[in-house]
Amino acid sequence: MSDISYEVIVGLEIHVQLCTKTKMFCSCELSFGQEANARVCPVCLGLPGALPVMNRQAVEYAMLAAMALNCEVSPFTKWDRKSYYYPDLPKNYQISQYDLPLGSHGYIEIPLEDGQTKRVRILRVHLEEDAGKNLHTAGNFSQVDLNRAGTPLLEIVTEPDMNSPSQVRALAVELQRIVRYLGVSEGDMQKGHMRFEPNINLAIKRPDGEFRTPIAEVKNLNSFRALERSIAYEVQRQLDEFLETGVTLQMGNKSTRGWNDVDEVTVLQREKEEAHDYRYFPDPDLVPVTTTPQWLEEIRSRLCELPLARQTRYVTEYGLSDYDAGVLTAERPTADFFERALAAGGEPKRVCNLLTQVGLKMAREEGVDLAALGLEPAGVADLAKMADAGTVSATAANTILESMVATGKAPTALAQELNLIQTSDAGELEGIVDQVLAENVQAVQDVVTGSKKSKKARGFLLGQVIQKTKGQANPKVVSEILDRKLK
Amino acid sequence: MSSRNLTAVELREAIASRRIRSVEAVQETFAQIDRLEPTVGAFISLFRDQAMARAQDVDRRIAAGEPVGALAGVPVAVKDVLCTSFGATTCGSRILEQFHAPYDATAICKLLNADAVIVGKTNMDEFAMGSSTENSGLCKTVNPWAPDRVPGGSSGGSAAAVAARLCPVALGSDTGGSIRQPASFCGVVGLKPTYGRVSRYGLVAYGSSLDQIGPFGRTVADAALMLNVIAGHDRADSTSVDETVAPVDDYLDGIDEPVEVLRIGVAPAFNAGADESVRAAIDAALDLYRNAGAQIVEIEMPHLDYAIAAYYVIATAEASSNLARYDGVHYGYRTPDPADYVEVYSKSREEALGQEVKRRIMLGTYALSSGYYDAYYLKALKVRNLIRGDFVKAFETCDAIVMPVAPTTAFRIGEKVDDPLKMYLGDIYTISANLAGIPGISVPCGLDENNLPIGLQVLTPAFSEARLLRIARMYEAATDWHTKKPAMVQ
Ligand SMILES: [Zn+2]
Repeated sequence: MSDISYEVIVGLEIHVQLCTKTKMFCSCELSFGQEANARVCPVCLGLPGALPVMNRQAVEYAMLAAMALNCEVSPFTKWDRKSYYYPDLPKNYQISQYDLPLGSHGYIEIPLEDGQTKRVRILRVHLEEDAGKNLHTAGNFSQVDLNRAGTPLLEIVTEPDMNSPSQVRALAVELQRIVRYLGVSEGDMQKGHMRFEPNINLAIKRPDGEFRTPIAEVKNLNSFRALERSIAYEVQRQLDEFLETGVTLQMGNKSTRGWNDVDEVTVLQREKEEAHDYRYFPDPDLVPVTTTPQWLEEIRSRLCELPLARQTRYVTEYGLSDYDAGVLTAERPTADFFERALAAGGEPKRVCNLLTQVGLKMAREEGVDLAALGLEPAGVADLAKMADAGTVSATAANTILESMVATGKAPTALAQELNLIQTSDAGELEGIVDQVLAENVQAVQDVVTGSKKSKKARGFLLGQVIQKTKGQANPKVVSEILDRKLK
Repeated sequence: MSSRNLTAVELREAIASRRIRSVEAVQETFAQIDRLEPTVGAFISLFRDQAMARAQDVDRRIAAGEPVGALAGVPVAVKDVLCTSFGATTCGSRILEQFHAPYDATAICKLLNADAVIVGKTNMDEFAMGSSTENSGLCKTVNPWAPDRVPGGSSGGSAAAVAARLCPVALGSDTGGSIRQPASFCGVVGLKPTYGRVSRYGLVAYGSSLDQIGPFGRTVADAALMLNVIAGHDRADSTSVDETVAPVDDYLDGIDEPVEVLRIGVAPAFNAGADESVRAAIDAALDLYRNAGAQIVEIEMPHLDYAIAAYYVIATAEASSNLARYDGVHYGYRTPDPADYVEVYSKSREEALGQEVKRRIMLGTYALSSGYYDAYYLKALKVRNLIRGDFVKAFETCDAIVMPVAPTTAFRIGEKVDDPLKMYLGDIYTISANLAGIPGISVPCGLDENNLPIGLQVLTPAFSEARLLRIARMYEAATDWHTKKPAMVQ
């Protein structure tokens, strides 16, 4: 076994549901959890005579996503019919894009565990309509719910550039962050907004040669966990199978597998890749789309800095920890809020601490975005400045921020009201220090002799001064006075 | 005064000026239907009560001095390929025999908004696939001029209804000649507008890139009146043309004014394939135009010989996809006892679709199949472009092209049913207009030795319907063929 090594090869196909107001080709609103067949019309029911009309917003969302994924956006694209019979597909063809996808030849940067990033190539990005759902809840018949039929889906296909389950997960998570950032999808996994289909095989090296295992495609995964686990399972299964049978990749021996979430195993669905003939041809009911330079420019102006780039910048430019930078950039409104507070003069680390220790915690408790707490970025910046200037202590600043959320008042007013302004007047504090030193001779002795109790004793004296001022003494100023007197 | 001999233009004026009540016109329509429909078989469904109620409403509004639409009180028939929220929409197929659409096609909405009285829905070849209406899965229509002959197709019901004076005007659809050819066979006027001129929303699709809705009438002016009502951009049909690009005209305005400088193109070699009597009628029509001051120019249409082949690949390819939805799952006929869901598909379709429809689905499926796509579908699209090019080039030297509508007059029922290829070849003169997307009209231009009508076809460039109608009217005004009636109407 020691003379064998292998590399995992994974490519990923992702379907992302766009958060447009209406469906891809009709004016029905998107739905989730509605009564079956409540959000349908002649178009998405595929009734005789009904015709599709392209949803421009969906195309723009797709263009935006394609740009964010560094794709070339096709100047000319069209709609094609993909034919197959299935009860959840009312026209028995799906309107999709075949040979001229909206975007192609892109890439996505994904974070690796060692802090580096990796570039995964994007083969294509195209738009299509979703199917409905077959329900098998009763007796010897099935029912079809077409609420989902016609929902705009973005299909993203990567090159097989990923080499571990964790890399695939990282890509999926990063993609979720991107589509949310762009505002083109809610990316809600629970609602099935993102579905994954990884293609997995192994490149095996042995003294007798190099081998490729047959590719397995795992269908319809809708959680990051299932995605990562199913790939890990496949890696082991394919390795075992190769060692046992020696089977290698050949034309037509790609298999399709499903994921059993309970037993955490992949299950064979189709042994051989079926020779599907989808009979693609251009949909004569829809006119081709020309993406003019002006239109592209307008969409490009809506692009924003992507989450990973932003996170990296927070570390290098502001000196934040990678963890804090990740927390602040997880949601775009949070990062935007953070940057507005910096623009108002807040010091990055201080603002970061206020937001991560108090702001985001409160937002989570309220179940809202940070930006929806009613805080003004300028107010947070003012508070950060007060803390930096020693006007209030770091602890007091957190208390003030909580009150700002509760009352909407300015930080200076709250500091006064809550009696949290620190005394930094050296003259006033000097008297109190003298008093404390006189009352604690033993501690003074410990500090001055430099005994092993020295550090503890100094802390004790500092604490006494703070206590005497009811917590309003600026520890920094007190510390300086102590240093001077105990030399 | 009998409304039966009035054209739609005359009738709407008589109703608007209260010389005739709409109720009387509708009653006479149904009296005529009661008399002749058992022989003609033009209709799949009739809306007697609904039509009477609408007519009463129009009469009341006219009496009250309220404004009414361009077809106020005029009885109209529509081909059963247009979705209506009332009655069934069958497309002449058993698979949709019980299908009730929950919405009205845009063309239907426009008729209703114009206060037309829809009296019934007419018979057709199943899913508009055919040239004789013999492919209807529901009923049989005969040619009012000779009940042993076909009315043409696929809009045979609408053409027969107008010819038999069951109603003054009707709507049909034309994918490869389905308005012009039955108009020719039945001796009435039939207009196929430019592709994109009339919204296809609610027109049950056969060949989506070729289908176009158009009117039947006994006169060119009636066709113009109907086009006035149904033309225009529709947001629900992406292929309907923006009116800033191609404005909709008032097609009745100036229709009687002859076109002053007129060059008429003729392709003699192409026309040579028609029957002697047809050729003679076309030649006579050309003489008439020449005498009216038109210049006759010879044109070459080198690719028209491939039009039938290209058409039957493109139309059937689109049809194979358009008709995939009739599967017994969501609506329409479902096989009574399927073993599994695959049988719901296969048996429902096997049991309820007709032979010709199955043949075309098979043809189209084959043409789109992997490995054959390039050789058939893609090549057909290239031929289509060449044919478009032929017309573009021809229209550089002429303003209109004149040719026969069909190589023959109405043939006998059953004569061609066993020979689909022979049937397809009859479309030679009509399908190129669909491939090129240009407008075409059929105007009565003679009777053959069997007293069967002959049609004159005029074609003009895209979106020039106003001019097309004027050119057709020049011929009509100088002849009386459009006043001839079939014996059963005398
Ligand atoms: Zn809908």
